[in-house]
Amino acid sequence: MTKAARREFSFITIIGLDRKGIVARVSGLLYRNGINIEDISQKVIEGYFVMTMLVDMKDSKLPIDDVRSELERLGKEMKLTIQVQHEEIFNIMHRV
Amino acid sequence: MSIDIDEVYETASMILYQNFDIRTVTLGINLKDCIDSDFGRFKAKVHRKIGTNARKLVAEAEKLESKYGISIVNKRISITPISIVMEGHSSRRCFMEMAETIDSAAGDAGISFVGGFGALVQKGMTGADRTLIDSLPDVLSKTERVCAFLNLGSSVAGLNMDAVNLLGNMLKETAARSRNAVGCAKFIAMVNAPEDNPFMAGAFHGVGEGDFALNVGISGPGVVRSVVEKNRECDLTQLSEVIKRTAFKITRAGELVGRELASNLGVEFGIVDLSLAPTTAEGDSVAGIIESLGIERIGAPGSTLAVALLVDAVKKGGAMASGSVGGLSGTFIPVSEDLGMVEAVRKGALSLEKLEALTAVCSVGLDMFGIPGDTPAETINAIIADELAIGVVNNKTTAVRVLPVPGKKAGDLVRLGGLLGDVPIMRVNRYSSRRFVGRGGRLPAPITSLRN
Repeated sequence: MTKAARREFSFITIIGLDRKGIVARVSGLLYRNGINIEDISQKVIEGYFVMTMLVDMKDSKLPIDDVRSELERLGKEMKLTIQVQHEEIFNIMHRV
Repeated sequence: MSIDIDEVYETASMILYQNFDIRTVTLGINLKDCIDSDFGRFKAKVHRKIGTNARKLVAEAEKLESKYGISIVNKRISITPISIVMEGHSSRRCFMEMAETIDSAAGDAGISFVGGFGALVQKGMTGADRTLIDSLPDVLSKTERVCAFLNLGSSVAGLNMDAVNLLGNMLKETAARSRNAVGCAKFIAMVNAPEDNPFMAGAFHGVGEGDFALNVGISGPGVVRSVVEKNRECDLTQLSEVIKRTAFKITRAGELVGRELASNLGVEFGIVDLSLAPTTAEGDSVAGIIESLGIERIGAPGSTLAVALLVDAVKKGGAMASGSVGGLSGTFIPVSEDLGMVEAVRKGALSLEKLEALTAVCSVGLDMFGIPGDTPAETINAIIADELAIGVVNNKTTAVRVLPVPGKKAGDLVRLGGLLGDVPIMRVNRYSSRRFVGRGGRLPAPITSLRN
């Protein structure tokens, strides 16, 4: 099986106001849980600071639910909205 | 081609800010193999089959909610039309006991509603069908989760007026036995009822279906409203295009969840039904879309055109997105479940007559509205018959879900709360059609040739 076939990619979407430490705090949390960041983008959209991270969950120490809860706890602390979603939903909605 | 940040944000914000969700995953279950001459054994088999499969449905659906970060609001079951499997046990007592069995199986498994406690009587009624209808006031008022339907006509059979004429009294009796007539919210009278509709109260597992079918209902009026608001200046052709594109995207999400859920359950994937279905949440309103299009209040002249545009665009976007589009697919305009509709009735913008006109182009019919409790049964039958005639003649599904609320007058508001919302009591024309509808018989099927 190829590496690409084994990947378990999800997108983390972070929405809120830009502030120091977002990348550091989120990536630290992911690192501690064995989740690899493949790509990061950021942009201001409709007045919001938006950051997306494409992450590979295949070596994650936690199930996606627990990763989500941890990220939501961090989001609350940093006044950010954080979503975690498997990449397939984006592929199917945005590609014919 | 990789997904860019704008696309990720678009999907995330649909879910976070525009109430986009999978409205329901409905597992259709064939009950014909549960039939047994021993009624006790029959009930036990039904209880086991519904309970086991419902628990699996809930567990697997929750896993997908987590994976895709999208809420699956309702997990529901639809069953073979009950009168078919009850032919050998056709007494009111047996129907009531079967309803209680289904209610408890669903409750134990955490299922909010089971659809299919009904009959297909478009051309005639069997003895069991009549007994079922007689049992409905008890069933609807004494159970919580059992939804009932009747398919009273079709474009190939016509409209069974003898069956329609049983409904006014049945609904009044149901209303009298349940608080604020809420039992009537679980009954729907339909024509051309689809056999794979995932939405309540009209869901049932059609006789042409296999052992199981997993059907998905997706919604998202908030998403469509948002895209309409971003396109304030475009003409109707362009507007249709942008709605179509949005409908495409949300239908694809439903298709993904439906196929994966069916595969995880080991059952056939049935259909995906994209029907804009409002809820009482702020912004989750179909009336809100119509008003964003430029109609001051839904019900004003131009509303029928606006609903027609919306339904057409939603259907086209959905049909492009999935080869398995089915069910009702279009737009629901229930009154009580949509804050904008309730407001339009209260402000006098939306009358029952205009609502009926809107249903000629929407995907269902007169839905979740109240009428005064002293409305004569014959007038209720006539309201239902008018609506169903629109469906029979125009080859479309139409339906009626009406609450004749005892002690209430036109202009009152009945608070049901929750998903059902507040039901405005609408004014009913006071002239009688008793002599006409009382004739009974059958409206002949419309001619489907000579269409030029």
